[in-house]
Parts: sequence; structure tokens; C-alpha cells
Amino acid sequence: MDEKNKRPEAPAPAPMSRPAAPGTSRQAAGGKIDMDALRELLAIMNDNGLAELEYEIGDLAIRLSKGQGAAPVLQAAPFTPAPAQSGGAVAPTAQAADPAVQETKHLEVVSPMVGTFYPAASPDAKPFVSVGAEVTEDTVVCLIEAMKVFNEIKAGVSGRITKVCVSNEDTVEFGQVLFLVEPA
Amino acid sequence: MFNKILIANRGEIALRIIRACRELGVRTVVVYSTADRGAAYLDLADEAICIGGPAPAESYLNIPRIISAAEVADVEAIHPGYGFLAENAHFAEICRSCNIEFVGPSVDAMRLVGDKIQARNVARNAKVYTVPGSDGPIEDENQALELAHRIGYPVIIKAAAGGGGRGMRISHNDINLTAAIKQAIQEAQNAFKDGTIYVEKLLERPRHVEVQILCDARGNCLHLWERDCSVQRRYQKLIEETPAPNIEPKVRDEICRAATRIVQTAGYCGAGTVEFIVDADQKFYFLEVNARIQVEHPITEVVTGLDLVKWQLRIASGERLPFRQRDIVQRGHAIECRINAEDPDHDFRPSPGTITRFRQPGGPGVRVDTHCYEGYRIPPNYDSLIAKLIVHQPTRREAVTAMQRALSEFDIQGVKTSIPMHQRVLTNHRFIRGEVNTAFLENIL
Repeated sequence: MDEKNKRPEAPAPAPMSRPAAPGTSRQAAGGKIDMDALRELLAIMNDNGLAELEYEIGDLAIRLSKGQGAAPVLQAAPFTPAPAQSGGAVAPTAQAADPAVQETKHLEVVSPMVGTFYPAASPDAKPFVSVGAEVTEDTVVCLIEAMKVFNEIKAGVSGRITKVCVSNEDTVEFGQVLFLVEPA
Repeated sequence: MFNKILIANRGEIALRIIRACRELGVRTVVVYSTADRGAAYLDLADEAICIGGPAPAESYLNIPRIISAAEVADVEAIHPGYGFLAENAHFAEICRSCNIEFVGPSVDAMRLVGDKIQARNVARNAKVYTVPGSDGPIEDENQALELAHRIGYPVIIKAAAGGGGRGMRISHNDINLTAAIKQAIQEAQNAFKDGTIYVEKLLERPRHVEVQILCDARGNCLHLWERDCSVQRRYQKLIEETPAPNIEPKVRDEICRAATRIVQTAGYCGAGTVEFIVDADQKFYFLEVNARIQVEHPITEVVTGLDLVKWQLRIASGERLPFRQRDIVQRGHAIECRINAEDPDHDFRPSPGTITRFRQPGGPGVRVDTHCYEGYRIPPNYDSLIAKLIVHQPTRREAVTAMQRALSEFDIQGVKTSIPMHQRVLTNHRFIRGEVNTAFLENIL
């Protein structure tokens, strides 16, 4: 059994794992975990007043680390070598804050802020706009909530909505395309 | 330890923090502006959120957008890096009121040391000499003139809300001083939204020696020895080294202990740096406290073997420092060159553009901290730092040789860089003898 007791002043590195795609959670451990071995490890930690304990066997690595007064927290991840490049950054296709004309002659309504997207004024209400809706520059097309404040987002362009690009309660970032609009 | 933090910065320091987090098992969310879209370091974070346009006010300085990103990403803490909002007490206060920890000192400590006038008072209370100067703000020209006659010309006018070498004016006589005071107040108002100024005696050709400190939340304050940052151009550091050459061991010890006393008095927590001026007689005077991790932190890391960014995260998550002052030992000598994308033939103006070749040096004792690579487009909106080249060797002489060697290997094309200038310094006989002061670089350029 490979077991390393680490004293607090030399904290062991956490096992490496592949970076997850943005917005998703990390991969869980692949193999089955021996619960008896885990209980033994936890007992060793508590009996010896350890703050951290790292355990490696094969390509499974477990690191137990005590939080502030709470029970020890378990982190398990497959031990992988240098991570492969994940996809590009989160941002989808938006190029600029202003609506851009694409080859398909669609205008984009992009998010001016970071927050949570809501297509309607309330959960029961009809969406502000849907595909086929006519909009002008001042038409409110959605709400984006940040820090408990709901901001009305205006279309900024005139035309007809051809696509709704995000869904209710999606996290949106600055510059993210919300709607496609066929110009009037 | 935190489960997930947000990094409110960009470039090499964002990458530095991502690396420390990955080793600690902390998930990272990094914010970026549209100018930084596509930068490779963003892929190394777990999540990346675009928060605004290129201008810092719309992105890296934009508190609402950063807090929004922190909330939608559900992070426990924010690491501010250096520059931008790193020393903004208001930002730290907002973070904590939103239940997000700020990786840095308390708001009170930030305010205390962030106000350069108050910081001088803290130093005096800690029985550390400060540069002779006004005990409080200078309100008008008459006060300034009276002070200048008392402490003697030349004097330097500084902004209380300034720092980082910005917003300073030198005056050599009465006529000059009167005009300079008016201008300084105006400039401080414009740049820092606070026109409060103070005046200090200008020590000629001093050395800039600063001390790295590390404090935990229990008030355990340690120093990690000093760094000499005298090679500067227009108050911007270009080369740093540790230990500071040709300083008496006794003086070195006193400076470091003084730094510890100052931050202890201020109730400081986290990593920070206390800056001093050392005159030709090896007398030292307190200058200011930088309440953040600094650009040149790697040289302290390589000689002490301590990862300062990891310690910032541990301290912020409530861990105490498990070692004592006597455990902090320096081994060998380290030098750092800040490689900037600047055009030395045109007054070092920034040289943004696309890097067409980027071959960094390697070998024993060479560390390169950079977010750049071949094909990377340096955005014009931010500072021009593209890489930090650090060497660590058993002696200063070997470190100088290693740095000369490493600089000669560092091949960057597509933009102009400061490498030729660094090479000149590293082959300069005065630098090699360790006889530099803050006027050195301007003299050889």
C-alpha cells in the first residue's frame, strides 16, 4: 500500500486531472473505491491529527484534506499526465459588442454583461420575443440578472428574430450571442 | 482550502495563479476581456468568462462585472493578482460582503497601508525611519516651501493614493516647487481620484530594497528576506535580485525585521512587500507597503523554496503558517529580468503585435514565467510585460553568467523587446560588481 503521511508544512500536490470543459464539473474517479481502505485512511488521519493525507495506488490517487473544523473532504481523481488541450475558451461566436452582419446577413443581439439569461419577465409569463417576432432597437428582448438585479436588454437592431441562441437560466458572458435577427 | 476561485487578472500572473490552484486541487475561473479572447492560458483554467471589452474599465477594473462572474460561477474566493483591483480596498470590501473571500489582507489593513501618508505613520509607530518629509498631507505651496527649506532640496512630491512609481514629481528649487505642487494635486486628482499629496526629501542615487513578508490570520508575520530592485527606468523595475548585493548582514537583518514590525503593526494578513530606500551609508528609510503579490515574487520563491501564491491561497483559506522565522533560509542567488515588448530605439514605447517566434531559454536554474508563445498577439491595451526570466545559481557571479547565457538564448521575433537592454546591463561592469542604484540605468542608456 503506497501511503504518504504528509505533515502540514509540506502539503502534497493534489493529483493532476484534465481540465474540464468550461461550465462542466470535473471527472469523477474511474475505478471502484475500497471503502474499508478509506475508513482506515480516515482513522489514520484523525488518530494522528493530520491535516492532509495522500494515498496512491496504481493510477488512482486520493487526497484527504481537512476543512475548517468540518469532516475531512474527499477528493478523488484519475491520475493523468499533462492534460490534453481542452476546447477553446467559453466564448461562443460573438466577435464584437455591436451587432455584426454575417454572410447569412443576420444581425446578432449580444449580451452586454455577465449574468443569467431569462427570456421572460417571470416564470409564468410569455417570453418577451420568440422566433418570428418583429423587433425594433428599443424592444426589450430578455432580462439578464446579475447580483440580484434584473436588467432589461434591448434588441439594438430592427428586424425579425430568426433564432433564440440561449435558454432560460443559462449563464451568459459579455459578447455572447443571444438572438439572431434578420434585418428589416 | 477553497474548492473554486475566480482570478480577476490576466496574462502571466493569471497563469501563475492557475498553476498554483491546479496543484492545490482548486478549480479556477478566469475572467477575460475581448482583447484577451483566444489566449492560450485561458484554456488552462476550468472555466473562462468574458466580462467586457478591451478597456480595463470595462473588464479587469469593472467591479460589477467581476462580481457577477464570481456569482454565476459560484466561487468561494477571488484572487486579484497584481495591479488592477489588487490593492483596491473597496473591491475587497464588496467581495467579502458578497460572501466571497478576497485573497489579500483585511479591508482595514489595505486602507491603512494603501494610504501612503498613513503608512508612513505606521512605520514611525513601528520605530522605522521614514524618508524625511511631511508628516501629513501638503495642502498648498506655502506649506511645501516651508517643508522644503527645512529638509532641503531636492524634494519629491507624491500622491497619497498613488504608488507603483506613478504620479511623482521632482523639484529642485522654490520657483519650480510652487508650480509643481499645483500640477501634482491636479494630476493626483485625475489619476487616483484623490488630490492628496505629500512631500519627501529626494535621496539621490539610493538603492531600492524591498522585503517580502508573509502573515497569517493569527498575526504570525514572517519575512522572506529582501530583494534589490534598483535597476529601474522611470520608476518601473526592470531587473530584480536577491539577496541584495553589498549590504551588510546586520543592515539586511534590520531591514527585514523592520518590515516585519511594520506589517505586524498594521494588522496585515497575506503576502505583501515593504519597500525601503537605502542610502550610500546603508541607512534605510521606509517608502511604502505593497499589499499584493508582486511581479518579482519568483526570485524569492526560488531562493527560499516557498511557493508564495500557494501560501496566499492557504492563508486566505484560514491555514496558519506552520514555520518560524528561523526556518526561512535563502539558498544561492537569483536574478529576474522583466522582458517587455518595448522598442528601445523609440524611447521604450510599447511594441504590441504578433509574436512570430518565441524560443525561451532553459537549462539548470532557469525559470520562465510567461503567458506568451509563438503566434500570440500581444494586445495593445495592457502593460507590455511578456515574460519574466529568472535564474537561480549558488553565487551571484554564477547567476550573472547564467542570466547572460539565458538572455542570449531567448529568441523573440515579431515585436521589439527589452532583451538587448537587459544584456547591456548584465554585461555592465558596475552591475557585475553589484554597485547599482536607482540612477544606474538612466545613466547607461
